[in-house]
Amino acid sequence: MNVELHPVKTDAEQALSAAYTFARGRLPGKGDIADLREDAFRRFETRGLPHRRVEEWKYTDLRALMRTAYPSPPAPDALARARVRNAGQILTGVDGRRLVFVDGTFAPELSDLTEEEGLTIGSLAEALAKADPLVMAHLGKTFVTEDVGVALNTALMGDGAVVRIAAGLTLRQPIHLIFATSNDRPSASFVRSLVVIEAGAQATIIESHDGASSQVNSALELLVGDDARVDYVKIAHGRGLQVASLLASVGARATFNSFAFAADAQLVRNQSFIRFAAEGTKAAMRGVSLLRGRDHVDNTLLIEHAAPHCESREQFRAVLDGESRSVFQGKIVVEPHAQKTDAKMLTRALLLSETAEADNKPELEIFADDVVCGHGATAGALDPGLTFYLMSRGIPAKEAEALLIQAFIDETIEEIAHEGIRQALMFASLRWLGARK
Amino acid sequence: MSFLEIKDLHVEVEGKKILSGLSLTVNKGQVAAIMGPNGSGKSTLAYVLAGKDNYNVTQGDVLLDGQSILELSPDERAAKGVFLAFQYPVEVPGVATMTFLRTALNAQRKRRGEGELSTPEFMKLVRETSGKLGVSQEMLRRAVNVGFSGGEKKRNEILQMAILQPRLAVLDETDSGLDIDALKIVADGVNRLRSPERSMIVITHYQRLLNYIVPDVVHVLAKGQVVKTGGKELALELEVKGYAEFVGEAA
Repeated sequence: MNVELHPVKTDAEQALSAAYTFARGRLPGKGDIADLREDAFRRFETRGLPHRRVEEWKYTDLRALMRTAYPSPPAPDALARARVRNAGQILTGVDGRRLVFVDGTFAPELSDLTEEEGLTIGSLAEALAKADPLVMAHLGKTFVTEDVGVALNTALMGDGAVVRIAAGLTLRQPIHLIFATSNDRPSASFVRSLVVIEAGAQATIIESHDGASSQVNSALELLVGDDARVDYVKIAHGRGLQVASLLASVGARATFNSFAFAADAQLVRNQSFIRFAAEGTKAAMRGVSLLRGRDHVDNTLLIEHAAPHCESREQFRAVLDGESRSVFQGKIVVEPHAQKTDAKMLTRALLLSETAEADNKPELEIFADDVVCGHGATAGALDPGLTFYLMSRGIPAKEAEALLIQAFIDETIEEIAHEGIRQALMFASLRWLGARK
Repeated sequence: MSFLEIKDLHVEVEGKKILSGLSLTVNKGQVAAIMGPNGSGKSTLAYVLAGKDNYNVTQGDVLLDGQSILELSPDERAAKGVFLAFQYPVEVPGVATMTFLRTALNAQRKRRGEGELSTPEFMKLVRETSGKLGVSQEMLRRAVNVGFSGGEKKRNEILQMAILQPRLAVLDETDSGLDIDALKIVADGVNRLRSPERSMIVITHYQRLLNYIVPDVVHVLAKGQVVKTGGKELALELEVKGYAEFVGEAA
């Protein structure tokens, strides 16, 4: 058990407690939802912010990294809304349905709410206020975890998206959840979304965060029905602190792909909690992180194989320059009856400077006896033999390195099914490389 | 007239002396074979000419057209027309052969102040050249040398040479690991590139390659120095007698 008494509170912890106490009566949702918040808040009160002695947070010591908790922002005015028009621009050119959130609040006038049969879109704040049955049935139940990052989100969640994709529907275009911060004044937001993809439906869901000096705690609950197909892409970009949780439950024979992309993101913790609840699921969780300066990007995954005959693949790559730090923690749990599980993870870090650090921690907990599980991790610099080969053909050092780094990145990005997203992320990588000194 | 002049070259690798006073001249259009026993410094010479890191020149000079190239980076040397066909061509995962060829050619042209080749011009050049070397379109689409057989890798080296049109080509044991059919294809490719404007240094341990790429001059390298120079018949002589007389001598 990780439970530990934690009497001395940091400034940030005190501010978070005060924020909850202040907001308790005003946050949307009564009854069960208020109880859910209260439980979650108590979990936070008991444990405080996660720190390096909490195994799951070993390399991202949130208590040390989060000196203060920013106040919640004022409701976005016209100016704030105008400022976020460029949000999500990494994906300019991707024909997606934009659902925009400004400082954590749904902005319908900036969003594409064109009707599509079988697709329901709403705001979480409204759904909570009117005790929407879909939300009441699923919120907080997709993946039950004790994690304090998720607990803080549950306690303080304000708004977010509620999306339902009806059985058998194939969405015409990706849904793009855009979370934008409007100004440079420090502010905090707690956004929670619920996306229900019913049996046999197919959807691409994009979530992007571009924050200025903000603290964003986001959580997305994803319910993937039997025989459904979901491609989920998460993009982090910009200055600020971001704790993003994915809570997913995947049904039988479903296909689930996720991709976490981070470029020039200051401090990001992506944590995925994914449960394969029924047989025959095929899943691939991938990611690319491009870091420089003092950027810190953490991808932590907990994959639970709770049913037989499921296949999971994890492939994460990081390119690190300056004094940046990347973290990969992948834990795969194979439950006793989950026979014929096929689970593999591979993480690779390319270190461009002497002072960058990559922490890779794969973990396997296997309770079934007829499974194939494996993991691999590498970290290293560019191979000077390769650079010399390219230079000997006339390619200048800088260009040769860029070519090799791009190749390293693209090998993972190429796995994204949606062509527009794939191209956009390759282009974003090129831009990141182009800005390299 | 002498195009490449190597003067009293001393080279250390990781503190170990490999070349000790090597002098050599290659004329314009000349094909010079360099033969020698293992450890005589043949590959070191190839790498020093191409500008590899950690090959420390402690004395002497290398002049191309009368100008020293020792201070130039590998890519600057390439733009001046130096090309090394590697003994062990490296695999470059994720970089398509076409992209690689095009980036290299245009980088060289740019540095020389020539315009970049248009896509159709480049495609035409590659199609013509690769056909002659038996390099398939499928190979060109694949990542550089990844999954290539030994013969395919060597053919890919010669393809690069044909596209980049160097003025000085250094072929480092291009025959190693090739069966006779592959050797003939590679040698034909090299012979097609012989020209009064192009000098070549053909490094080999065995005489066999020189049946197919007939040299104008043969130098024997032993213990980091040129110890004997002769015509193409010198290679045949070595084939019979071996390198024993050179290995035994004091450097």
